[in-house]
Amino acid sequence: MSALTLKNLDISYGDTKVVHGVNLDVPEGESFALVGESGSGKSTILRAIAGLAPEWTGEISVLGKPRTHGVDRNESRTVQMVFQDPYGSLHPRKTIDSALSEPLAIHGIGNRGERVEAVLKQVGLDQRFRFRFPHQLSGGQRQRVAIARALMLEPKVLLLDEPTSALDVSVQAEILNLLKRLRREQNLTFLMVTHNLPVVSFLCDRLAVMRHGRIVEIADVAQLKQGDLKEPYSRELLAATEGA
Amino acid sequence: MSSPLLEVENLRVSFPTHSGRVEVVKGLSFTLGRERLGIVGESGSGKSMTGRSILKLIRKPGEVTADKLRFEGIDILDQNEKQMRAIRGARISMVMQDPKFSLNPVMTVGEQIAEALVTHQKLGRKEVQQRILDMLTAVRINDPERVAKLYPHEVSGGMGQRIMIAMMLIPEPELLIADEPTSALDVSVQAQVLDIIDDLVTRKGMGLILISHDLALVSRYCDRILVMNAGRVVEECAAGQLDKAQHPYTRGLLAAMPVIDETRDELPVLDRTQWAGT
Repeated sequence: MSALTLKNLDISYGDTKVVHGVNLDVPEGESFALVGESGSGKSTILRAIAGLAPEWTGEISVLGKPRTHGVDRNESRTVQMVFQDPYGSLHPRKTIDSALSEPLAIHGIGNRGERVEAVLKQVGLDQRFRFRFPHQLSGGQRQRVAIARALMLEPKVLLLDEPTSALDVSVQAEILNLLKRLRREQNLTFLMVTHNLPVVSFLCDRLAVMRHGRIVEIADVAQLKQGDLKEPYSRELLAATEGA
Repeated sequence: MSSPLLEVENLRVSFPTHSGRVEVVKGLSFTLGRERLGIVGESGSGKSMTGRSILKLIRKPGEVTADKLRFEGIDILDQNEKQMRAIRGARISMVMQDPKFSLNPVMTVGEQIAEALVTHQKLGRKEVQQRILDMLTAVRINDPERVAKLYPHEVSGGMGQRIMIAMMLIPEPELLIADEPTSALDVSVQAQVLDIIDDLVTRKGMGLILISHDLALVSRYCDRILVMNAGRVVEECAAGQLDKAQHPYTRGLLAAMPVIDETRDELPVLDRTQWAGT
């Protein structure tokens, strides 16, 4: 079954249309990347799927069920998002424990203490971090907390918006390994936005190259590894990465 | 190469904490001629502090000491604030990380660039205007006349960074310190911005210190690389020799980067206990 299907998706912010006629199908368990430069509309697609950009037309289905506009409680149990900046995405005055418990409280799920402990273990954080505040954590640790928060409701699909671009290379490696392991263990589907092609090569199965709000090419990662991208723009991106 | 542009010997930067002073740069030494030097390291390795201490930008309670910190024979540590102002911008300038926070939001681009120029040189209005337009063209901004009248929020990140480079280079300094000049930018724009810096630096025979956490990028744009960890230089090598780096920290950083034709199932992670520190 497809985890995510987008049909003729147009997204606008006010009078400005930023995404034009996007068609995409991501099967369950796949890791799919959206790449392109700033302003190409890749993050906007994630925001629309998560319900944060409600002005869209076309069709978005998650696990076969069409998505409504706006934030939907059932939706949030299947799809969760991890944001780019771990310094901005955690509430500064809430402890890690309360940030992680909040989704459980909203959805009326019990056993909170145990669930928080379990998820911290999954993302490789020691229990002593549980009652700390975000400012007491490093960037990599915060990103682990942000991933833990997204996993609290046991979603099937994770939307990752540049999850490692604010981090150092060595910390990036840790987070990429973590994401890869979580996907394997929980059979998650990833839709990831990035402009880092080596990261795509490590973590993803397929990619779509976007420009000016349109998908210009969909390719397999094998093609990316061999430098076998068809569109001139995709080749340009690849060349910029390799510094050729 | 004649006498070095910058000589640094046993540079130390420290800050007070509840448990005594903590040194963030622990005895750094290097010399720089008219060449391109890269300083690489993770967050907290002291690379930015090194850049700032050269311009004497570290404020109290931070403390900078060095056996030698000389720029073209001038002892930086001996200069008072007034004397430093004649050096900052005019002779040594610095490009910061994020154009969003480093440009003045209530001044037009042209005014800001003009300010950088007239602070250090007395020039006629027409000449100033001409220099600004030439500089904006040099950083490859199309339609410089229009851009000079814009405010920072009206330009994109990549353009903002180019404007900042224009501002830093217009007084024609001898040394440019670029602290993560492109980490707020896209890959495609990154290359453009660095090419511009590279081109201008080579053409004017300036010295460049490029501070970044991206090893690949630094090796592409520099002649020589210092790798820093926990306030110390752990390795120094020529940019072309990076793949032959010896120190386990450098090797670890190199290995942690995914590559475009990635086949590894898991990326090696730095074992931080090995170097005690950060």
